[in-house]
Amino acid sequence: MTEMWSTPGGWTLLTSVGILIVTVGILLSLAFLLLLDRKIWASVQMRKGPNVVGPFGLLQSFADFFKFVLKEIVVPAGADKVVFILAPLITFVLAFIVWAAIPFAPGWVISDLNVGILYIFAISSLGVYGIIMGGWASNSKYPFLGSLRSAAQMVSYEVSIGLIIINVILLAGTMNLSAIVTAQEGWFWNWFGFGGGLDSWPLLIVMFPMSIMFFVSALAETNRPPFDLPEAESELVAGYQVEYSSTPYLLFMIGEYANIVFMCAMISLLFFGGWNPGFPIDFAAEWPPFLVNFLLFLVFAAKIVFWFFMISIVKAFVPRYRYDQLMRLGWKIFLPTSLVAVVIVAAWRVFVVGG
Amino acid sequence: MLQGIAFYLMSAVAVLSGLLVVTARNPVHSVLWLILAFFSSAGLFVLLGAEFLAMLLVVVYVGAVAVLFLFVVMMLDVDFVRLREGFAAYLPLAAIVAGVLLAEMVMISIVVAQGGAAADAVAPALATADTTNVEAIGRVLYTDYVYVFQAAGIVLLIAMIGAIVLTLRRKESVRRQDPGAQTNRDRRTSVEIKGVTTGVGVTGEELR
Repeated sequence: MTEMWSTPGGWTLLTSVGILIVTVGILLSLAFLLLLDRKIWASVQMRKGPNVVGPFGLLQSFADFFKFVLKEIVVPAGADKVVFILAPLITFVLAFIVWAAIPFAPGWVISDLNVGILYIFAISSLGVYGIIMGGWASNSKYPFLGSLRSAAQMVSYEVSIGLIIINVILLAGTMNLSAIVTAQEGWFWNWFGFGGGLDSWPLLIVMFPMSIMFFVSALAETNRPPFDLPEAESELVAGYQVEYSSTPYLLFMIGEYANIVFMCAMISLLFFGGWNPGFPIDFAAEWPPFLVNFLLFLVFAAKIVFWFFMISIVKAFVPRYRYDQLMRLGWKIFLPTSLVAVVIVAAWRVFVVGG
Repeated sequence: MLQGIAFYLMSAVAVLSGLLVVTARNPVHSVLWLILAFFSSAGLFVLLGAEFLAMLLVVVYVGAVAVLFLFVVMMLDVDFVRLREGFAAYLPLAAIVAGVLLAEMVMISIVVAQGGAAADAVAPALATADTTNVEAIGRVLYTDYVYVFQAAGIVLLIAMIGAIVLTLRRKESVRRQDPGAQTNRDRRTSVEIKGVTTGVGVTGEELR
């Protein structure tokens, strides 16, 4: 049975099934996370939120889905038709292929790349094209202004995200995501957000602020409030999405939310132990491997939901940044701080840990 | 066989999109084709086993440099008709440059194929099962070529400082925000409580 999976045909079948499971799984969980987002937002504002479709409004996202799909696609006159349709497709596809390198549990990964982090960083740096192409192809003022803002914002915060990721790479000594999570095994003080182990506890002072900075940069990178300037409705109507309707708009929307969930997964993987529950799991050594993996996957999913909750809460009670403040935060505060952190962590690795 | 198909597919896409970069009527489309060309080249790097270079190509060129290209091209008011005018006039010069480049590349390819040029060079550190691509590049870059590497870094730093010095102009007339001063403001310096008599209101004297 195991030999069958290593043949080209078996490998292709296994990978295709894996891709299918991950894609459908993410799409389904997005439907409920979107509802969760709206419910949290409603609770903070003392409203009920969507509660009509299905019990507690559980089917609201599906109703919205059909509403979007059944409406007419309006392509504005003077728009660059090919680029106009291509832009949401690019956003959607990029938001999903990035999950290929994410390990969900020990061994549960579509492609265990040696340069996993770089792959993820490369694909998420491409995300800006969907927005900038959509804004330009609409042939309209507000979408164009929104997309220019967004491009500058995403390029700026990518710099600080990259430098923060370097800290984790230095601590783990590898770019393979599974290996990074394995390096955080055992008690929760081994998580990189807490310094990565008792023998390097002073790094807590550097790494914990880094994890918070990663969270804030993730908000800016995914254009979430308080950094939702590309679609600031009071200034730009809806930014790059103004001219989009029905399915293309839906694709933008799903891509955006998939990116948010992906960033939650990244925070959990890089700083908070991924699938590690925070205590040694030696007692489960005799348990069936599939059950253990499934429980660890649930731990990982719980962490993702926790960070998604944090992002929703931020949306509910933090006012929007002004554009110059956003740029100041990115270039004058985050960039120098993360640069200093890289120097400190690298020095710690060389002079304290050695080699 | 699968590798062969992937190679021909990606190189065909790279060459085609390269051709479309120069022939596309709209400069924004040119940049988009250029991005596709970069992306296919990254794919070719992966086929060579140089996944680190491939990812860097995507991060640096596609993710940052091409975005700036796109920015500039979108913002500029390009007159397409005037842009086309000089096409025939520059054709002979362009043909000569392209011919020289082609001849050079063919010569290099022949020499490399015969193994002549690689004879004295440092043997390339191939990624094996236990050393990854990143590790192999890191070991060479920070040992054999460390001085060249540092020099390249300093050149880039100087270029960056130069660009900042050339473009940074402080206008005295522009009022800037000082976040430190804003957060350090307290109630005593910014708010003053005045007793206002009911029915009398505030006189001009009190407002001052």
